Amino acid sequence: MQLNRVLPGLAGLFFYMNYKLENVKKINVTRPLLLDCKQTVSNFPLAYETYGKLNKNKNNAILVFHALTGDQFVSGTNPITKKDGWWVTAVGPGKAIDTNKYFVICANVIGGCMGSWGPKEINKKTNEPYGLNFPVITIRDMVKAQESLLDHLGIEKLLCATGGSMGGMQLLQFCSTFPNRTFSAIPIACSTSHSAQNIALNELARQAIMADPSWDNGEYLKKNIQPKNGLAVARMVGHISYLSEKGMQEKFGRKLQEKADYEFSFNADFQVESYLRHQGYTFVERFDANSILYITRAMDYFDLSKQFKGGLVEAFKKQNTKFLVISFSSDWLYTTKENKDIVIALNSAGANVSFAEIKTDKGHDSFLVNEPEFLKTIKGFIDSMQIKFENEKRI
Amino acid sequence: MKKEFKVIAELLPKNIRVLDVGCGDGSLMNLLINEKNIEARGLEIREEHVKKCISKGLSVIEGDAETEINQFPDQSFDYVILSQTLQAFYSPEKVLKDLLRVGKSVIVSIPNFGYWKVRTSLLFFGKMPVTRTLPYSWHDTPNLHMCSIKDLFYFCREKNIKINKIIGLNENKTSEIKKNNLEIKNLFSKIGIFLLS
Repeated sequence: MQLNRVLPGLAGLFFYMNYKLENVKKINVTRPLLLDCKQTVSNFPLAYETYGKLNKNKNNAILVFHALTGDQFVSGTNPITKKDGWWVTAVGPGKAIDTNKYFVICANVIGGCMGSWGPKEINKKTNEPYGLNFPVITIRDMVKAQESLLDHLGIEKLLCATGGSMGGMQLLQFCSTFPNRTFSAIPIACSTSHSAQNIALNELARQAIMADPSWDNGEYLKKNIQPKNGLAVARMVGHISYLSEKGMQEKFGRKLQEKADYEFSFNADFQVESYLRHQGYTFVERFDANSILYITRAMDYFDLSKQFKGGLVEAFKKQNTKFLVISFSSDWLYTTKENKDIVIALNSAGANVSFAEIKTDKGHDSFLVNEPEFLKTIKGFIDSMQIKFENEKRI
Repeated sequence: MKKEFKVIAELLPKNIRVLDVGCGDGSLMNLLINEKNIEARGLEIREEHVKKCISKGLSVIEGDAETEINQFPDQSFDYVILSQTLQAFYSPEKVLKDLLRVGKSVIVSIPNFGYWKVRTSLLFFGKMPVTRTLPYSWHDTPNLHMCSIKDLFYFCREKNIKINKIIGLNENKTSEIKKNNLEIKNLFSKIGIFLLS
C-alpha cells in the first residue's frame, strides 16, 4: 500500500502494545448498567485521573468530559504517551481551570482505550479481546458509567462540568439525565445531534479502518497487530475537519515540505500532506482502531431530542444548572448555529443560560489550542460560579 | 450608577423575572439582582460586554436583539427592558412588538430628540446634534431611527400599545409626563422612560 511505502520508519515505532495500562487509576463499576442496546453490564473498569485537591466541603470539583480521541489525562504529562495532557492549555496550576483552586476529574469513556471498558479489553467469557463483540454503546451509556465515579469520589454536586465536541454532547446528556448533579455547565463547540455532514465524516473514518486488510473484521488484536494505515487515514479525516479553511490556508498554503520544487512523485511534497501523515501515524501509537468505530457510532447515534420524543425543550426541563454555551466562529463541524439551538432550547425550558461566540480562525480545534479570549471567558465564568455556589450552600 | 438605571429599578417590583435587552456590561442587571432580588437575564450584541457580564456571573446571551429576541417564549418574563437602543434597530416597531410578546410589561427608554439642546443645535448651527446622550457624529451613529418623547407617545397610541407611565429625566431630576405637560417635558427631558404593556 502507498502509505506503507512512505513511512517505513514508523513501523518500528509501534509502541501501542507496550503501554502499561494496568498502572492507570481505575474503579470497578459494580452497579449494573443497562445499556441503550438493552444489554446489562456490571463489574467493568472505568479509568480516570484527577488534578488538584478536593476541598473539605467538596464544592470545588469540576468534571471534564473528553472528546473522540481524548482520554482521562487532561493536564500535566500523559504518563502513557509522555506528551502533554490534551487540555493542558486550559487546565493546570494557574490556568483558566486552575488546579490550585479546583479539583478536576476526567474519566476515560467506556468504548475508549485508555483503561476503561472498551473493545480492546479482555472479554472474560472468551479470554480474548472483545473486538466487535463489544456492545454498541451510546453517549448516554458513557455518561451513566461516569456518574458512578462521582459516587465513588463522594461528590454530590459538582461546581462545574465541561467538555468540548463529544465532551459537550456528554455534558448535555449528563445535565439532562442527572439534573442536579452540577451547579454549572460549559458545553463547548457541540450539538444535541449529529448533522448529516458529521455522520458522513465519521463514516469516512470508519470505512478507512474497515478497508484496511489488517483490520480483519475487528479481530486484529488476536494477532497482535493494528490496522494502522486505515486508522491513520481516519485520523487525517478528523484533522481536516478540526481546522477552518482559512486557518489551514494560513498555516500551510501551498508551501512545500523541505524541498525547493515538486518531486514528481507521491511523496509528501506539500506541508499539509506531511502534517496529515504525521498526525495520522502518531495517532496509531496511542489509539485503538475499534475504539474509533465504537465512539464515532455513539456520536452519530446521539440525539437528545429523540430521547424526549422530539422535544429538546423537554430534555432541559427542571434545570437549576447555570449554563455557558460557547461556539467558535470558524467551526464548521459544530457551527455557531447548532450551538445556538442548544441555547434556544435551554431558554425555552426556562433554564439559566449564557452564550458567547469566540471569533477565531482556528476552527473546531479552538478549544484545544491557546485561544486567549476563550480561556478568559471560561475562567471568568467558573470563578464567578464558585462564589455563587459557596453562597448557595451557605443559604 | 446611571440615574436612568435607578429610575428603572424603582419602577420594578421585587422578586420578578426580567430580560435586559442590550444589557451592556450588566450594570443594570447587577443593580436589579442586588436591590430587588430580581432574576435577570441579558441579551447583548457586543462580545466584550458579554464576556464582562459572564465573568460577573450574569446570564447573558451574545446576539442581535433584532433577530435573537425570537428565541424567548411568549410572556416568559415579567418585564423586558430596552435601555436607549430602540432607535438603533432597523425596525423599531417589530422589536417593540417582540418585546411586548416576550414580556408582560416593557420598559423602553430613549434619548429624547426633542430636547432643547438637540433642537437648537440644528436650528442655530445647522449641524446634526452631538450631545452627551447622543455622542455620535452623523456618519458613525448607530442610531437609525431617532425620535422624541412626543414621537414615541403618539406612536404607542397609534399602535394600541398601552402607556402605563412616562418619566422624563434631566440630569438627576425626574418628572412624570402626562398628555397635558407633554410639550414642555418633551423640550426639557434628555431621556424618556416609557412603561408599556
